[in-house]
Amino acid sequence: MTKITRRDFIRSAGGVAALGAGLGFPHLALGAARRVVVVGGGVGGCTVAKYLRKLDPTLAVTLIESKTAYTTCFMSNEVLSGERTLESITFGYDGLRRHGVDVVTDTVVGIDPVKKTVATAGGREFGYDACVVSPGIGFKWDAIDGYDESVSETITHAWNAGPQTRILRRQLQAMRQGGRVIIVAPPNPFKCPPGPYERASQIAMYCKYHNPRAKIIILDAKDAFSKQGLYVEGWTKLYGYGSGNSMIEWVGAAAGGTVESVDPSTLTLQAEIEAFQGDVVNIIPPQKAGAIAFAADLVDGDWCPVDKRTFESKRYKDIYVLGDAASAAKMPKSAYAANSQAKVAAAAIVARFLGREPGDPTFVNTCYSVVGEDFGISVAAVYTLDAAHNSIEEIPNSGGVSPANASPEIRKREVSYAHSWFKNVINDMME
Amino acid sequence: MTKTVRNLLLAVLALLPATVAAAPSGEALAFTCAGCHGTDGSSVGPSMPSIAGMDPEVFVDAMKAYQADKRNATIMNRIAKGYTAQQLEDMAWFFARQRLHLVPQKYDAALAARGKILHDKHCEKCHENGGRPGDAGTLAGQWMPYLQHTMDDFMSGKRDWPRKMKRKVDAAIAEDGKQAIPALIHYYASQH
Ligand SMILES: Cc1cc2nc3c(=O)[nH]c(=O)nc-3n(C[C@H](O)[C@H](O)[C@H](O)COP(=O)(O)OP(=O)(O)OC[C@H]3O[C@@H](n4cnc5c(N)ncnc54)[C@H](O)[C@@H]3O)c2cc1C
Repeated sequence: MTKITRRDFIRSAGGVAALGAGLGFPHLALGAARRVVVVGGGVGGCTVAKYLRKLDPTLAVTLIESKTAYTTCFMSNEVLSGERTLESITFGYDGLRRHGVDVVTDTVVGIDPVKKTVATAGGREFGYDACVVSPGIGFKWDAIDGYDESVSETITHAWNAGPQTRILRRQLQAMRQGGRVIIVAPPNPFKCPPGPYERASQIAMYCKYHNPRAKIIILDAKDAFSKQGLYVEGWTKLYGYGSGNSMIEWVGAAAGGTVESVDPSTLTLQAEIEAFQGDVVNIIPPQKAGAIAFAADLVDGDWCPVDKRTFESKRYKDIYVLGDAASAAKMPKSAYAANSQAKVAAAAIVARFLGREPGDPTFVNTCYSVVGEDFGISVAAVYTLDAAHNSIEEIPNSGGVSPANASPEIRKREVSYAHSWFKNVINDMME
Repeated sequence: MTKTVRNLLLAVLALLPATVAAAPSGEALAFTCAGCHGTDGSSVGPSMPSIAGMDPEVFVDAMKAYQADKRNATIMNRIAKGYTAQQLEDMAWFFARQRLHLVPQKYDAALAARGKILHDKHCEKCHENGGRPGDAGTLAGQWMPYLQHTMDDFMSGKRDWPRKMKRKVDAAIAEDGKQAIPALIHYYASQH
């Protein structure tokens, strides 16, 4: 192509976009607008609502979310170190309303796949042509003896950011000098694979200045974890990891890290080999899909099986499940993954409404972790559909983690990328 | 009129899939970039460049440089390697068609004024219209931290200079010393 045609192309593009939109209206002639009901206003739900309206502005999109504002889990570990406030990670839904999404504050209690209706705790019923469910995770409260939802008000999980994040922050601030923080990390699969280790890092970042003799012990139900090499590199440089004086200690499954029970009155955890007593204890329990996925019979085991081309439920037609609740391996349960899946589902729904076959999907995940001051690391992947096996596969020779032993300049840049990513992903999902 | 019709036809043809084999569309591919580069490539994150309205050739060149580890990337090189040449081209055309939305930034007016003089003298020939999207990378309105990272990479030899650019930058520095690069960056930040 010569330069001239390239430029002509760009100049005429506005006209083409208008033409394209004009061709996309056939169902308008048939009568009422198609209705999509989205359950859950987190990353997956917000992104799908915005992109549905973007791809077809004639759709009637209703988003039903229990809370009036969304507090992001991503960057919530920075609330623990004091780097940011809970308010700075809390966002209202007016941006989506400006995109023409009807945002309803209510809790969905049931989905009828035959009548195609969604019922709420507030007693309302919403009919749909397509329903998207992105409720996030739920906890397996029976996994650790002595730990349940009421205990979690004092021994927090803080794995859904909000009031519990604030409680954990206050507990850290109130901890005696030289005290001991214990983080219990869950078995796979769970929301945000690098999250517990970023949490330990951010708590260490706080303690380094405010409680330098404190110890942070991670009791883990696994023998390996996401970005492990990079975390260890950062912990070694910043928090003396591996030395007799390390601020962070990691006890993997083989070393007896799996926790069996907790005594809330003494903050004592019985792990496989020995007992551990902490001053502040944070238990991240094993996870499963959010409650509505079970109520609506969308699960097979702990998670929701989906057709990876469209994210339509394998159990019921015209219901789509995204994000943490979906069984979408090899993608991790991350915000970037939910955001990427939501666009695939939105395009598939719009294609179906137009009587077309959904296109081939493509996915990306990137996830940053801030290990300490000026020390950021990341993992990235580009994925494609393996239709024959209904699986999502990483494209060979792409993706991977940050280089080991990178220069201080690169580590510092990754922190600024992490914070820029946060702004862009919020913008892309709800602004 | 006839020219418009011809252009429209060209554009419609370009929108048709290039190959018969099923593959994600340019739009689907580009949507995956938004988590870091903003919806349709208009970034609101100060370290991530806006890529909306970018010249397709500049886009493809940049991605190929990342694939070959020829830029001082932390993450883009790992991501770029996931795409075929055709997919890069498809994405490039998608971004080329997007309108660039810029976010106002704080800048130093005196430095920006000095930067304008340096730009007009040394940079305008390649970065036309004050560095607006064109045959060279977008500079006008681009985020300052991103521009700073980019210049650091050129200056420290971690990224190869495009033809003639080093000579031009050297001339600007000869003229204004240490202040030259910040002046240019503040000027571009002022151009939204
Ligand atoms: C500490 C921590 C750090 C993290 N850091 C990162 C990171 O750096 N990068 C990254 O990519 N990911 C990160 N994540 C993961 C990310 O938060 C999740 O993967 C992402 O939020 C998943 O999106 P989702 O839409 O599936 O669920 P969510 O974002 O959890 O949204 C679910 C929403 O549904 C609502 N809901 C649930 N049930 C109902 C119902 N019945 N009716 C109405 N509403 C309902 C909930 O109130 C909630 O708002 C982190 C997670 C944690 C815990």
